[in-house]
Amino acid sequence: MVLSARGLGKDFAGFTAVNGVDLDVEHARIHALIGPNGAGKTTVFNLLTKFLQPTRGRIMLLDQDITKVKPDKIARMGLVRSFQISAVFPHLTVLENVRIALQRPNKLATQFWLPLSSLDKLNPRAEELIADLGLSQYRDTRATDLSYGRKRVLEIATTLALDPKVLLLDEPMAGMGGEDVATVASIIADVAKTRAVLMVEHNLSVVADIAHHVTVLQRGEILASGDYETVSQNPQVRTAYMGTED
Amino acid sequence: MTDATHTTSSTFTGARHLRTVMLIAILIFLIAAPFLFYPIFVMKILCFALFAAAFNLLLGYTGFLSFGHAAFFGGAAYFTAHAMKEWGTTPEVGILIGVAGAAALGLVIGLIAIRRQGIYFAMITLALSQMFFFYCVQSAWTHGEDGIQSVPRGHLFGLIDLNVTTNMYFFVLAVFLIGIGIIWRFVNSPFGMILKSIRENEQRTVSLGYAVDRYKLGAFVMSAALAGLAGGLKAIVFEFATLTDVAWQMSGEVILMTLLGGIGTMIGPVVGASLVVTLQNELATSDFPVTIVTGLVFMACVLLFRRGLVGEFYASRLGRRLGFRPEQ
Ligand SMILES: Nc1ncnc2c1ncn2[C@@H]1O[C@H](COP(=O)(O)OP(=O)(O)OP(=O)(O)O)[C@@H](O)[C@H]1O
Ligand SMILES: [Mg+2]
Repeated sequence: MVLSARGLGKDFAGFTAVNGVDLDVEHARIHALIGPNGAGKTTVFNLLTKFLQPTRGRIMLLDQDITKVKPDKIARMGLVRSFQISAVFPHLTVLENVRIALQRPNKLATQFWLPLSSLDKLNPRAEELIADLGLSQYRDTRATDLSYGRKRVLEIATTLALDPKVLLLDEPMAGMGGEDVATVASIIADVAKTRAVLMVEHNLSVVADIAHHVTVLQRGEILASGDYETVSQNPQVRTAYMGTED
Repeated sequence: MTDATHTTSSTFTGARHLRTVMLIAILIFLIAAPFLFYPIFVMKILCFALFAAAFNLLLGYTGFLSFGHAAFFGGAAYFTAHAMKEWGTTPEVGILIGVAGAAALGLVIGLIAIRRQGIYFAMITLALSQMFFFYCVQSAWTHGEDGIQSVPRGHLFGLIDLNVTTNMYFFVLAVFLIGIGIIWRFVNSPFGMILKSIRENEQRTVSLGYAVDRYKLGAFVMSAALAGLAGGLKAIVFEFATLTDVAWQMSGEVILMTLLGGIGTMIGPVVGASLVVTLQNELATSDFPVTIVTGLVFMACVLLFRRGLVGEFYASRLGRRLGFRPEQ
C-alpha cells in the first residue's frame, strides 16, 4: 500500500463535501475514482495532496502519516498531482515546462547568479520525456500555443519528470478528441507499470480498459469499491451513476 | 513552415543586433552625460532608475505590488550616511552596510508580508514601512526632522576622491550598471525561471514540490537589497539622508516611475524614473504644483498606455517588427 486514507472528511462552512472516505492505492495499479459531478472527487484529490486541510481522517503515504504535511513537501515525498483544469506554464516552451520540474531535484532551482544556459544540462532528460510522450516536434513551442490535448500530455510529461511514486490525475482526458484519449490512456497504462496511479475519469470505457480498481463516490461518500465488473454490476451504482450515463 | 521559422530567426538576430547597438548607444550617452548635463541631475536619475529597477524586480517579475519600498531605499540612505559620517567608513563599505541593512529590513518585512495576496500585501508593506518611518522620526541616530546632514563623500577604496564630481559620477554609473547587471542576471537565472513559473501558475509550481513562499521571499529580499543599493548611493551623492526618502510618498513615486516606464521590462523603470525626475526638476522652478502635475501625467499614462511607455513600444507594430516581444 503506497497511499491510503481512512475516514477522510471535509466540511466547507457547514456543507459536507467529503465524508468517511477510505482509499487504498497500490503500487503498479491504476485506481479510478469515479462519480457524478460534484461528488467530491477533486476535493478528495485536494485533501490527499494537502491543497486542502482535511476536517477529519488520516492519510498515509509510504508508511508515513502526511495528514499535517504541506503540499510542496508532499510532492517532494513522491505524491504528485495534476489538475482538473490544464495546468501548464503557458508562456514557457514545452522544454522549459518540463525543465521546471527537473530543476529542483537536480538542485538547479535556487541559483540566482548562474546564467540560464546552466539549465541546458537538464535538456537531455527533458527531451527524453518529451519524446516519450510524442511531443518532440513541439519542443520549442510555447505551451499556450498547444492544442488542449497536447497541453494535457505536456502536463503528464512534467509530472513524470519528478518520477513520482504515486500519480494523481484529475480527469486527464477531459475535453480530448477520441484519438488523444487512446494515446493518453496507453501512456497512463504504461507509466502505471512502475508506480501507483489514482485517477478521476468520466470516460467509463477508458476506466473499464485500464483501471484495476474502481471507487465510486456519491455526495462525498463511497458508494461502491472493487474491480470494474463488480462495481458496474452494483445496482446502487447503476441507478445512481451508470444508469444515467448509458 | 520553414519559411516562418526562417523569418522569426532572422528577426530574432536582427533584434539582437539592434539591442546591442542600443545598449552601446546608451552606454556612450551615459559616459558623455555628465559633460552635457548638470552631473548631479544625471546622478539623481541614475539613483532613482536603479531604485525603480529594483522595485520592478518584485512587481514585474513576481507580481507583488509593494507599497513600502521607501523603507529600504530611505533606510539604506540612513545606514550608509551614518556609517560614513559617524564611523568614517569608505564609500564602498558605507554602501555595503546600507545594502545589508536594507536586506535585513526586507527579510523582516518580507516574512510578515509574503503570505498575503494582492491588496493585502500592499497594505501590510505600507503599514510596516510607516512603522519604520516613525522609528526614523523618533530615534536619535537619524536626527529626526533634520536627518543626517553633511555626510562626507570620502575616498573610494581610500584612494579616489569622490568630492571630484567626475569621480563621483563614474562611481554612480558603475554602481548603477552593476545593479542593473545583478537584476538582469537574477531574472535570467535558474531562480528567475522558478519565479516565472510561480507567476504563471502558482498551484502547479507548488504541486511540483516548490516551497513557493521561500522563492517569493528571496525575490523580496533581493529587491529590498537593490533598493538599498540605490538609497545608499543617493545618500553619498547628495551628502544627506532625510525623512523624505523613507516617507510613503517615496514608495508611491517608485510605483509611478515603474508603471510609467512599463513593468516587466528591463529598460521601462529606467525610462520612467528619468521622466519623473526630469519632470520634477523642470517643475521645481515653475509655479505648477509638482504633485498635481505628476499625478495628472500618471493618470494620463495609465489611461493611454496601459503597458507603460516601453511596454507599449514593444507591443507596437514597430516594436514587434524590431523583434521585441511584450513581456507577459
Ligand atoms: N473550496 C470550496 N469551498 C466550498 N465548496 C466547495 C469547495 N470546493 C468544492 N466545493 C463543493 O464540494 C462539492 C464537491 O466538489 P468537487 O469539485 O470535489 O466535485 P467533483 O467530484 O470533482 O466534480 P466534477 O466532476 O464536476 O469535477 C461540490 O458541491 C462543490 O461545490
Ligand atoms: Mg472535479
